[in-house]
Amino acid sequence: MEATQTTPVKYDMEVVRWFTIAAAIYAVVGTLLGVYIASELAWPFLNFDIPYITFGRLRPLHTNAVIFAFGGCVLMGTGFYMVQRTGATRLWSNGLAWFTFWGWNLIIVLAVITLPLGMSQGKEYAELAWPIDILIAIVWLSFGLNHIMTIAIRKTSHIYVANWFTMGMIIMITYLHVVNSLAIPVSLTKSYSIYSGVQDAMIQWWWGHNAVGFYLTGGFLGIMYYFVPKQAGRPVYSYRLSVLHFWALTFGYVWLGAHHLQYTALPDWTGSLGAAVSLAMIIPSWGGAMNGMMTLSGAWDKLRTDYILRFLVVSLAFYAMSTFEGPVMSIKTVNALSHYTDWTIGHVHSGALGWMAMVSYGAMYHMVKKLWGVDKMYSESLVNTHFWLATIGTVVYVVAMWVSGIMQGLMWRDYDEYGTLSYTFVESVAAMHPYYAMRAIGGMIFNLGAWIALYNIVMTVRQASAVRGANAVPANA
Amino acid sequence: MSDHDKIYSTKLQDKAERSTILMFVLTAIALAIGGIVEIIPLFYLPNTAMSGGDGTFNGTAHKDGKGNVVSMTKIIWNPATSEHKTLEDWQPGDGVRPYKPLELAGRAIFIREGCFLCHSQMIRPFRDEKDRYGHYSIAEESMYDHTFQWGSKRTGPDLARVGAKYSDEWHRRHLRYPRDVVPESVMPNYFWLEKMPVNVAETVQTMKVMTMMPFNPVPKAIYTDAYIDGAKTQLEGKTDLDALIAFLQGLGNHIKFEEGVNYRD
Repeated sequence: MEATQTTPVKYDMEVVRWFTIAAAIYAVVGTLLGVYIASELAWPFLNFDIPYITFGRLRPLHTNAVIFAFGGCVLMGTGFYMVQRTGATRLWSNGLAWFTFWGWNLIIVLAVITLPLGMSQGKEYAELAWPIDILIAIVWLSFGLNHIMTIAIRKTSHIYVANWFTMGMIIMITYLHVVNSLAIPVSLTKSYSIYSGVQDAMIQWWWGHNAVGFYLTGGFLGIMYYFVPKQAGRPVYSYRLSVLHFWALTFGYVWLGAHHLQYTALPDWTGSLGAAVSLAMIIPSWGGAMNGMMTLSGAWDKLRTDYILRFLVVSLAFYAMSTFEGPVMSIKTVNALSHYTDWTIGHVHSGALGWMAMVSYGAMYHMVKKLWGVDKMYSESLVNTHFWLATIGTVVYVVAMWVSGIMQGLMWRDYDEYGTLSYTFVESVAAMHPYYAMRAIGGMIFNLGAWIALYNIVMTVRQASAVRGANAVPANA
Repeated sequence: MSDHDKIYSTKLQDKAERSTILMFVLTAIALAIGGIVEIIPLFYLPNTAMSGGDGTFNGTAHKDGKGNVVSMTKIIWNPATSEHKTLEDWQPGDGVRPYKPLELAGRAIFIREGCFLCHSQMIRPFRDEKDRYGHYSIAEESMYDHTFQWGSKRTGPDLARVGAKYSDEWHRRHLRYPRDVVPESVMPNYFWLEKMPVNVAETVQTMKVMTMMPFNPVPKAIYTDAYIDGAKTQLEGKTDLDALIAFLQGLGNHIKFEEGVNYRD
């Protein structure tokens, strides 16, 4: 036996702490914005005739806030956390990590200023003005470089599966962001895409769906592959399944964007190809979901007492459901009904709230305890309260959108016995009102949970700091 | 043999897991393929409305029921072959044309206000959409739309063929206070657009940018230097509301669609 015990690795965790707190704040802000714009559709007086808060201007702010502010901080925070712990090494550059943190937050601040002012490029999920796009590229690459270089300097022999997914995300988002954002500026705040019509549509949805595929799915699968085994205290169920999951998703998911363009002016084969690969994606997606779920085999009893594990398991259930629903919606006959309706919005939110936000919160609670060195959250029962609010809120939201979406689709295509359209368009709008109200309520319930999480996390941090402060006093005295 | 030396999968997979560079390269390649296969052909194949710069369109050919090719001059307006030589002379049915200055300013407002988040501009080839909105949209109709505006959601109706469906006055009243005209509407009021003058300099600059596009630029024969210079006079004194109405009224009536012609394949 060696005489000296190896000292535990010192990690660079301060930046992870900041990312975690930022994520908890942005989750509140992003979902609150969502509740507000959902309410605007139910009660249009809420636009208050103020240009800056009309639905058309706030909706991009909502999507940017939840995807890039909340999602981004979770992904970068967990990314830096996992890559250090799985590699038993510090970050390649702690300074660069801080540049990433402040740069990313600067982008978020700029988004909050520019989007309500109407500075939009008119591309969904890529609305931000061209100078901000350049900033995004720089900050994203700083994250990517730091993450990949930290993998390179790892002390372990193999790269852990979670880091494969994060690396895939880094590469793919770089491709997507650069290609999709190419534009010619008209002024400092305005530019027009170099692509038009059919080509622009395909590139936009290649971006749009792969932002879902590699950011909201791939990135968060990385989180799943680290935090589910950690929280359950069991190894990943099947290594081979994770290899299959990763490569199938990495190669296959890229093809899916075309299914957003069924029956449009694109050549038919593109949509069909997109749908065919979408259906094939059910297999690796479910394989991955099973892999996460089965990691709990032998530890299922923990669900009774471990509220964090509940978040992680329910997120996997939503992941499995969404990755089944998506391919179904890409089938032409279903798409003919579902496209342009609220069903799409429901599908997105079953993924974004049920999968992405739930797995994020599972990871965040887990990290908060480790990062601030506490055994318990400030209130474990509030974690449970949050869990139920998040679950119920998501279900209310998604069910409202399923009903309204299918109803819209059926009303639009309905004919009466004389062979004329049964409903005018505005009759379908009026029929949506109760579901839009219900959706807003679902969102509110979810948002309430996000407030509770923020409170709980802040109190945990304060308590931990107080304990540390109290311990420090005698030493100083 | 230590646990770390054991290969649990294939040799290549094991190698990749041990090598950051190999893992990076393999992932980067796997990620690139799908996009390449789906995107690049759309710049070359027929029926994708990609102009070759010399007035050709990748061999695009729409055929009528008897297999006769419909002339592209009827699909895309070309001042060289059309009897109408300038944008001001252009008539509906002459074929797809670039936007006039005021329409271009209106399009910028359409993008700024996020109209595309609730209104699509892409009619699908279904009976109900034909009855409700008109003939299905074809690729050529959005060839000058840098940043396409097909949309993905219909909280409000499709706008691809809204042009000339309602009067300017109807649009004015509807845009100002939608619920005055359509009580069930959930659209925000846009009366304040009436108070905002059109951004002349930016619109003129936009016209110049549109001629510089690497893909589907507006031909310089249409946006001539003289035409761009003259745009100012068309824009002076106009409001954002005027521009938006001009944009909406110009949508969807460029091509005279004929029965029995397959415009998509």
